Amino acid sequence: MTAGATLEKYIARIEEACGEEKDVIVHFKYEKKDEAISRILKRAKVERTVAGIIFDLTYKGFSIRLYNTGKAIFKKMKEKNQAQEVLAELLL
Amino acid sequence: MFDPYKIREDFPILKRKINNHPLIYFDNAATSQKPKQVIEAVKEFYEKHNANVHRAVHTLSMEATELYEEAHEEIAKFIGAESMEEIVFVRGTTEAINLVAYSWGLHNLKRGDEVLTSLMEHHSNIVPWEILSKIKGFKVKYADVNPDGTLSQESLEENLTSKVKLVCITHVSNVTGVVNDVKTIAKLAHENGALVFVDGAQSVPHMPVDVHELNCDFLAFSGHKMLGPTGIGILYGRRELLEKMEPFHGGGEMIREVSFNPEKQRCTISWNDLPWKFEAGTPNICGAVGLMAAVKYLRALGMENVKAHECALTDHAMKRLEECPKITVYGPKDVRSKCGIIPFNVEGFNSHDVALLLDSYGIMIRSGFHCAQPLHQKFKIPSSARASFYIYNTREEIDRFIEALKEIEQAL
Repeated sequence: MTAGATLEKYIARIEEACGEEKDVIVHFKYEKKDEAISRILKRAKVERTVAGIIFDLTYKGFSIRLYNTGKAIFKKMKEKNQAQEVLAELLL
Repeated sequence: MFDPYKIREDFPILKRKINNHPLIYFDNAATSQKPKQVIEAVKEFYEKHNANVHRAVHTLSMEATELYEEAHEEIAKFIGAESMEEIVFVRGTTEAINLVAYSWGLHNLKRGDEVLTSLMEHHSNIVPWEILSKIKGFKVKYADVNPDGTLSQESLEENLTSKVKLVCITHVSNVTGVVNDVKTIAKLAHENGALVFVDGAQSVPHMPVDVHELNCDFLAFSGHKMLGPTGIGILYGRRELLEKMEPFHGGGEMIREVSFNPEKQRCTISWNDLPWKFEAGTPNICGAVGLMAAVKYLRALGMENVKAHECALTDHAMKRLEECPKITVYGPKDVRSKCGIIPFNVEGFNSHDVALLLDSYGIMIRSGFHCAQPLHQKFKIPSSARASFYIYNTREEIDRFIEALKEIEQAL
């Protein structure tokens, strides 16, 4: 599956948040969120978890906060494309 | 009697559950929810009266035109304008500011002049002036903000030189809820020979606003923040100013006559009467009808009651936030100098984390710069979370919000 197809399969929306942090907010498709979370948890390193609701992850030097509601924040990214590249790897 | 529980029955969306929790909507500074009276007005317009306005003779067009003009009259009454000629329908506050920038500023500002605004403005009251200053060569100056988020009167007065031709100031900050003393600012500006433009996006929906009492020359606000549909907003302008101003957009509706001169191979154009001179093209008729229903709803509640309810909610929220040791609230602590908007951060979380976590409790708040980056720079914070209240919010919702914040604090 291509990177584009992978993103299309799992992601409903990606938005650059405003604020100096340059965070990128990812909304997974509701029906695919559990599968997406499971795939990401297999590949990224879980640094910390809060009651199975929030997962603080690292992957290739990037910090990610994953929520079991089907959302994630990719911290301090240069731009949205960078988050998409990381996501494509994590969701493969 | 003002009863938020009864009011809530008019808002179908408030029956929703989000993430298995009853919806708590605290993002009212971004946009408000819509009562069934507004939804029904929009539906009824399309089901029974839909047609284009003006210059048609058929029954439906007459009905649509009457409704559209009645909407202008309702808005004029709501803000104490002299007549509907002073009420221009636009897409929202942003377009209203751009209208004044290009219809007035482009023709009246020149090199050596100054436009005075402030560091607490929404980007929409900064960017149009900065863009225009590059074209016309005038200077944009910024009145400073005190550490508590209030406007520095000293800085405003220092910057209010004889070169200032226009003071553009927000009535209420969309970040801190600080209410500016626009009446005094307008007095000072007028004594100095400057006109006064007021961004009323966060004030008109929440408190009584009378353009004569404020003594402003222009006032802009958005329908969607006051129970109305999106895509409809208002520019109030003093009649004599609007009459002298050039149109913003050219097209149909805004002209009286376009006559072709074969010898000169040019068209001679005369403008339509106010306010149509500024409403080129087919307007947002349905939006205007929806906004009229929203204004009637607010008038029935009484804007003094709306203000009192939001003050009480803000007071309650500010007191309860003191129970949260990891939370920093920005802006003034005295609720008498602010509206129902509370910006804050939770130690250890960025604002987007806080918004996402609250979303899992069914609580909708906003995070980021709120289109006011200079104010965040002033506060030396990268972003903030923002809770903002309206007529349908309750003390119980604030209590649930506080309990959720306490759980978030403990999550670290």
